[in-house]
Amino acid sequence: MVNLVEIRDLKVEATTDSGRRVEIINGVSFDIAEGEIVALIGESGSGKTTIALTLMGHARPGCRISGGSVSVAGKDMVTLSEKQRARVRGTEVTYVPQSAAAAFNPAATIMDQVIEVTRIHGLMSADEARLRAVELFRALSLPEPETIGTRYPHQVSGGQLQRLSAAMALIGDPKLVIFDEPTTALDVTTQIEVLRAFKSVMKKGGIAGVYVSHDLAVVAQIADRIVVLKGGETKEIGTTKEILDGAKHPYTRELLAAFEPKPRGAAGAAESGPAPLLEIENLVAGYGQAQADGLPLVRAVEHVSLKVEKGRNLGIIGESGCGKSTLARTIAGILPAAVGTIVFDGKELGRSAHARSRDELREMQIVFQYADTALNPAKSVEEILARPLAFYHGMNAKARSARIDELLDMVRLPRNLRHRRPGELSGGQKQRVNFARALAAEPKLILCDEITSALDTVVAAAVIDLLKELQRELGLSYIFISHDLSVVEAICDEIVVMYGGRKVEEITPAKVKTPQHPYSQLLFSSVPRLDPTWLDGLEQDPELVRAYCRR
Amino acid sequence: MTMTSSETKSDRISGTRLGYRFNIIGMVGLSVILLWVLIAIFAPLIIPYPVGEIVDLDYFGPMSRDFWLGSDYLGRDMLSRILMGARYTVGISLAAVTIACFSGVMLGMIAAVAGGWLDTVLSRFLDALSSIPSKLFGLVIVAAVGSSIPVLILTLSVIYIPGAYRFARALAVNINAMDFITVARIRGESTLYLIRSEILPNIVGPVLADLGIRFVFIVLLLSGLSFLGLGVQPPYADWGALVRENIGGLPFGAPAVMAPSFAIASLTISVNLLIDNLPKKIRDRSE
Repeated sequence: MVNLVEIRDLKVEATTDSGRRVEIINGVSFDIAEGEIVALIGESGSGKTTIALTLMGHARPGCRISGGSVSVAGKDMVTLSEKQRARVRGTEVTYVPQSAAAAFNPAATIMDQVIEVTRIHGLMSADEARLRAVELFRALSLPEPETIGTRYPHQVSGGQLQRLSAAMALIGDPKLVIFDEPTTALDVTTQIEVLRAFKSVMKKGGIAGVYVSHDLAVVAQIADRIVVLKGGETKEIGTTKEILDGAKHPYTRELLAAFEPKPRGAAGAAESGPAPLLEIENLVAGYGQAQADGLPLVRAVEHVSLKVEKGRNLGIIGESGCGKSTLARTIAGILPAAVGTIVFDGKELGRSAHARSRDELREMQIVFQYADTALNPAKSVEEILARPLAFYHGMNAKARSARIDELLDMVRLPRNLRHRRPGELSGGQKQRVNFARALAAEPKLILCDEITSALDTVVAAAVIDLLKELQRELGLSYIFISHDLSVVEAICDEIVVMYGGRKVEEITPAKVKTPQHPYSQLLFSSVPRLDPTWLDGLEQDPELVRAYCRR
Repeated sequence: MTMTSSETKSDRISGTRLGYRFNIIGMVGLSVILLWVLIAIFAPLIIPYPVGEIVDLDYFGPMSRDFWLGSDYLGRDMLSRILMGARYTVGISLAAVTIACFSGVMLGMIAAVAGGWLDTVLSRFLDALSSIPSKLFGLVIVAAVGSSIPVLILTLSVIYIPGAYRFARALAVNINAMDFITVARIRGESTLYLIRSEILPNIVGPVLADLGIRFVFIVLLLSGLSFLGLGVQPPYADWGALVRENIGGLPFGAPAVMAPSFAIASLTISVNLLIDNLPKKIRDRSE
């Protein structure tokens, strides 16, 4: 049988601002059979999205397909004219973007946007298209399939919007659907529902798919075959089972190894020190005008109390919107608490950063999720790291320079990186610089706000290892905020589960398998495993799901 | 500031070897500006005739060996008047645009970083200021304190501060929302450090482009004020006033009206060319 897609020796190149040409994709070849789902997996910058886009004959601005062929259903997308490509897009090949929220027009109803494809290509009448759309909504298990189309994009949840964008892709009866990291931005509890919907629709319709992701566990649930990419080259191609059980290429093994939870060596019993490093009592914080009772209008953190012992780590876990980042910001004094006390190292801290002394600020540092926005793009790495040294420790230029070398060594960055600006670093490197800046202050406690979420599994695992090592050397404590249980499990001595601004449970990693609170149970059972049968075998109490998921 | 800005630019050129790239258009712009600055400084030494003296027998005289750019409506030497006019146009406009942009951008950044009541008070005050028609405002000031060069410079700056403020505040508010500002804030940094080291480097490009446009506006407004008799007082004249007083020569194609127009054009275009083509640090270094 002839394959639906045949990619042969594909090359894509880009031109840099200095006129240099860079090969992004370097001779990639693979096939996709009818009705087969192939996953493209690799770290960011490995070219997985670039390859997926060539299936529609598209290259991003500044890039061009410089060699090879991409044959989809017998047509070579490389040689087609733009007009012919437009005819293929939406009918034979369709695309589900990473961020559905950005892909929908906020000013038009969902139904109008879903059936737009049929109107553009003249596939069917508007009434037929609407009926077909409702069928798809039902197949994707969306709530109220009859009327959801009349709503606007902001009136549905993120998970629903992602499924609606799949409906938009499927309405033209495509032979091939490209999923570009469709669940990366979703919470684990939501991700399950979306994955299930995608899988059943694709299987029922016998549609072939390309699933782009960096999350091996997600891919294991949905893909028939996996293509492992690195640096624009295929490293390994095999069925999902082959890749998971008998990976041959060292990079694939590295990817798999990054998944194995590496539990933290039991950090001896809590030192029975005189006082904990950080103790928070009954904290309330939020946004908006203060009400008559002195509380903010929208309370993101409600009556949270927790404790961090010296040299031990606390994990805070929960879905987006549960108040975990707000909690970190409140502890750091960025958002002053409305009620409650923060006692750090025996002293009560002011609620806002303004009210704290320079030393108090120095001893507690925060590292943000997005390394891109946390580093000033106009400054070099050297300048970024030098500032806390001069500011807190009053070092002269020579001492600073020596210390910057030490800091770069500590976070495993080459020393010659110091002259670069953040824009010239990779995501993992930026996060390390970010971390080095926190270390420069010589803190006792570092608040890590989702620091690995924007990174790929391999890079994230390396960052986690680095944190552990630094802790051994420098005796730091971390508060580690994440929505990713495996990350928290790997580094924390205690885990706090948050839901709706409240602390629902406090557990230790040893007992993670047996959480008590129903929300914790739901959350922990929703984390994808590297087992291809996990999704199909997963059973969750529908009662629970209804209570805690805003699907 | 006018001098220092041209100085920093000139040592950036010498920095071409130090990893800066400065393209030819930018260099042309810079040379023209430097030329006019030098003329403005040394004008009294190089003018062939006194500015106020009627030296030609004819009015609107053509270009000749004695009068390189012809003579004006009274028979005064045009070349001398333009060279002297450079002092007013280049000096007053550059001084005014520098003051306006410096104060506007500083206030804008302070308002964005400080927020709260300071932001509200500053914004509303400057909004109120920008609601006064600029020519009328100039008229009132000059009527109240009389026309002198410092008064002109200050009046022109005050008129253009609200625009620069709005522009800088809009840019700074965006930068202020970034995490690296939050990091600097909870490090305990002062407002001055925040605006100087964290915000300014990120908005300096658009701010300079804005300065270029504002410079052109100020040259034009200065000419307008001179037209109303509020600007530079006779017998001296800035370039805008030269165009206006010789406008009667236009039907005769007199050089007296063309030459100052070309002078204005050369200066304003050069400023914009320079600002669009400032020396850039070469990013793609292969170390």
